[in-house]
Amino acid sequence: MYDLIVIGGGPAGMAAALEAEKNGVASILILERAEFLGGILRQCIHTGFGMHYFREELTGPEYADRFVVPVEQNPRIEVKLGAMALELRPGGETHTVIAVSKSDGLLELRAKAVVLAMGCRERPRGALNIAGTRPAGIISAGAAQKYVNMDGFLPGNEVVILGSGDIGLIMARRMTFEGAHVKMVCELMPYSSGLTRNIVQCLDDFGIPLKLSCTVVAVHGKERLEGVTIAGVDERLKPIPGTEEEVPCDLLLLSVGLIPENELTRGAGVPIDPATGGAIVNQNRETALPGIFSCGNVLHVHDLVDYVTLESQLAGAGAAEYIRRKNAGETVRAPEYVPTKAGEGVRYVVPQQAEKNEAAGVKLYFRVGGVHKNAVVRLYANGKELARKKRPRLAPGEMEHIEIAPRQLAELPEGAELTVEILE
Amino acid sequence: MSQIYDVAIVGGGVVGALIARELSRFPLRAALLERGNDVAVGTTKANSGIVHAGFDAQPGTWKAKMNVRGNALMPQLCQTLHVPYGQNGSLVVAFDESERPELNRLLERGRENGVPGLRLFSREELLAMEPNVNPGAAAALYAPTGGIVSPFELCVAAAECAAANGVDFFRNFEVQALCWEGDHFIIEAPAGQLHAKAVVNAAGVHADNVARMAGDDSFSIRARRGEYVLLDSSQAGVVRNTIFQCPSPMGKGVLISPTVHGNILIGPSAEDIDEKEDLSTTAPGLAGIQKTVARTVPGYPIRDVITSFTGLRACGNRHDFVLERSAANGNLIHAACMESPGLSSSPAIAERILELVRETLGGDWTEKPGWNPGRPKPVRIRELDNDGRRAAIAKNPAYGKVVCRCETVTEGEIIDAIRAPAGARDIDGVKRRTRAGMGRCQGGFCGARVLEILARELELPREEITKFGGGSKILLRQSK
Repeated sequence: MYDLIVIGGGPAGMAAALEAEKNGVASILILERAEFLGGILRQCIHTGFGMHYFREELTGPEYADRFVVPVEQNPRIEVKLGAMALELRPGGETHTVIAVSKSDGLLELRAKAVVLAMGCRERPRGALNIAGTRPAGIISAGAAQKYVNMDGFLPGNEVVILGSGDIGLIMARRMTFEGAHVKMVCELMPYSSGLTRNIVQCLDDFGIPLKLSCTVVAVHGKERLEGVTIAGVDERLKPIPGTEEEVPCDLLLLSVGLIPENELTRGAGVPIDPATGGAIVNQNRETALPGIFSCGNVLHVHDLVDYVTLESQLAGAGAAEYIRRKNAGETVRAPEYVPTKAGEGVRYVVPQQAEKNEAAGVKLYFRVGGVHKNAVVRLYANGKELARKKRPRLAPGEMEHIEIAPRQLAELPEGAELTVEILE
Repeated sequence: MSQIYDVAIVGGGVVGALIARELSRFPLRAALLERGNDVAVGTTKANSGIVHAGFDAQPGTWKAKMNVRGNALMPQLCQTLHVPYGQNGSLVVAFDESERPELNRLLERGRENGVPGLRLFSREELLAMEPNVNPGAAAALYAPTGGIVSPFELCVAAAECAAANGVDFFRNFEVQALCWEGDHFIIEAPAGQLHAKAVVNAAGVHADNVARMAGDDSFSIRARRGEYVLLDSSQAGVVRNTIFQCPSPMGKGVLISPTVHGNILIGPSAEDIDEKEDLSTTAPGLAGIQKTVARTVPGYPIRDVITSFTGLRACGNRHDFVLERSAANGNLIHAACMESPGLSSSPAIAERILELVRETLGGDWTEKPGWNPGRPKPVRIRELDNDGRRAAIAKNPAYGKVVCRCETVTEGEIIDAIRAPAGARDIDGVKRRTRAGMGRCQGGFCGARVLEILARELELPREEITKFGGGSKILLRQSK
């Protein structure tokens, strides 16, 4: 029996575990399905991590090690590697996690609280329904990253990348370094979903064209990919007849979005927000099931790992407080929540609800639906403005936030709804 | 090659593999020849996976006879071979009164073919069973014996069973010539030569070419392209039965069906093509399927598509299966023109071909002792309860190492698939046997791990591992 089980030993899980320990939790278990801690950061050998959180520019493995080392040294945190959680059974007093591993066999573990930190995965080709053959040579950008950075193999020489998500942009540069010829990055939308700095550093610096409002409409080749057909798309994202162009290539990398990996979460009956693909949470990242928390990319896809760390610390601290109350036998009265809402121009807001008496105030993280220049972010409830800030540029690829002060939160009337919107 | 086989089966699809299994009951020397790198790589891997009840085919045809018999054999066969099968029932929906006569025709035909349990449903009965179906539907034909099966797993299991019972499996063996030597054939392929007294032609869309190699041009085959869309298991439950629209001359129309693995399958389109290798999907084809199926389940959003694929149906110019000894050479036996309901019929076709082989070879046919009709039950960690999982991992810790997260497939299961008789040699082969890479990320995460395990088990460099044999390599060279 543990106080806390953290599922996932990537940046989210490790930050949550360390924060929980710092807040007094005595026995913590991290379940990690890989043979190492650090999650996807291990294969992100480029720099650009940690500039917000550590005020330094780190590689992925370096950023991970800032957490791996303290986790490994902490006697109150146990780590099981190669252990995959198969099932989460929520209970009133304790929650049960079923996991398997080579060394421990089937594990039936119990804890007072659980933090879900399983991360996300990439959208596959099928989700795009690209017509054509089914040759080898079509893989996700993340898979290519693993082949190149972890395994030491090159999956192609002449490369087209579909989707300008950050992993795609990073891989454009990485494949170029490896001597491959990256012909272009095609992006369906009229804007990139990646970070501006990655477009500059990974494409512009190497003369790799970014084709906006452009997609792959067909792939060719029987055994190995021989080429793709690209086409421009209209405002409704439909290919424009007559704009097709054949591009010979032997590798098509897909960087077409990430999906939070919430099988366990769904299986446990945790309510999911269709806009994020992750759990519906409060300001402590606690889900609708008491004692079950969620943070990092399994909750919503982040742009920067720095924000994953910050969010996961909220979850870790929240779990610690939950466990403290449980241990002290404090009865918790049902908190009074204010729901948050995505208004005009906003795709989603996390958390989806905020406790009215949250003493620290609440930062609302959100993503916009399109590119805006010189826009205003406005937070209001019941027609009354609570906060606003000017932003020179807003883009879907970058996560934004706006804060509500504790007093404002406490004074909200019954039935109020916190809405974030964008004004041009 | 000094050895002369009694029988060589050309084609490792579900028909060829089930024939191989049927022949493996007897003390024969038999070979299964497959031009691909694995069994189940042609029409078998890309079709509806429907076990038709048998009301569709014209009475008296091979299609009608084999379908009804095959449908009856299928449940037991799948149980013996540990292949996922479900008898979920079939419905043909008449969307308005004008289609009702068609239902009556199908009902009459089905009764004549001997299909058990057929009945007509009123709109109310239909909607009570399938609440998402078009509420404007007039009536439906219900066939309780309609079922679903995993076609490639059936084929893999049959090939595994045959190989374990002594049938030699030759992959990458593309037959290019049949030379009759007076008492046996010499079978020529780029990979080598084989001698066999009898040849069974189960070469799918290429069966007419194989027939011609022996001077038999009594039938010809066109490939009919059928495109499908597979939806995520989160869409399961939209329908329980396999739901057809009224048939057209091009086939049974677009269906929507659950699969044995809990996904939803919609398709196929139907388009006759001249080339027999064109497995591409097309944008209009995929859009057409989605539009057509909207008539069956209107208002149902077709979303969470995880993949689309194309299958080729071998449509013969005789409009029936060709199950006979060739008139040109009686030692060539055809199991050809396997369009729908080929899969449903395959267990019965294996019986029929066995009779023809017997007739051809003559002699004594005593079943060999110790013939195993099944295969070892594959470990499926995802389907086991926790006690079962505990026991499996205790026996082999590799069952505790999850490789494919979406489908919960372990390293142990992948190793089993590679080491099995006629086992997997490539990424797609592992996928068909274990489901690794078949889930919603389609191998994005586990592909690299599966490749690593294949390389280790086959003792090959990783660059040599392919997606499906031939030139379908995944990695081109080592990085700098």
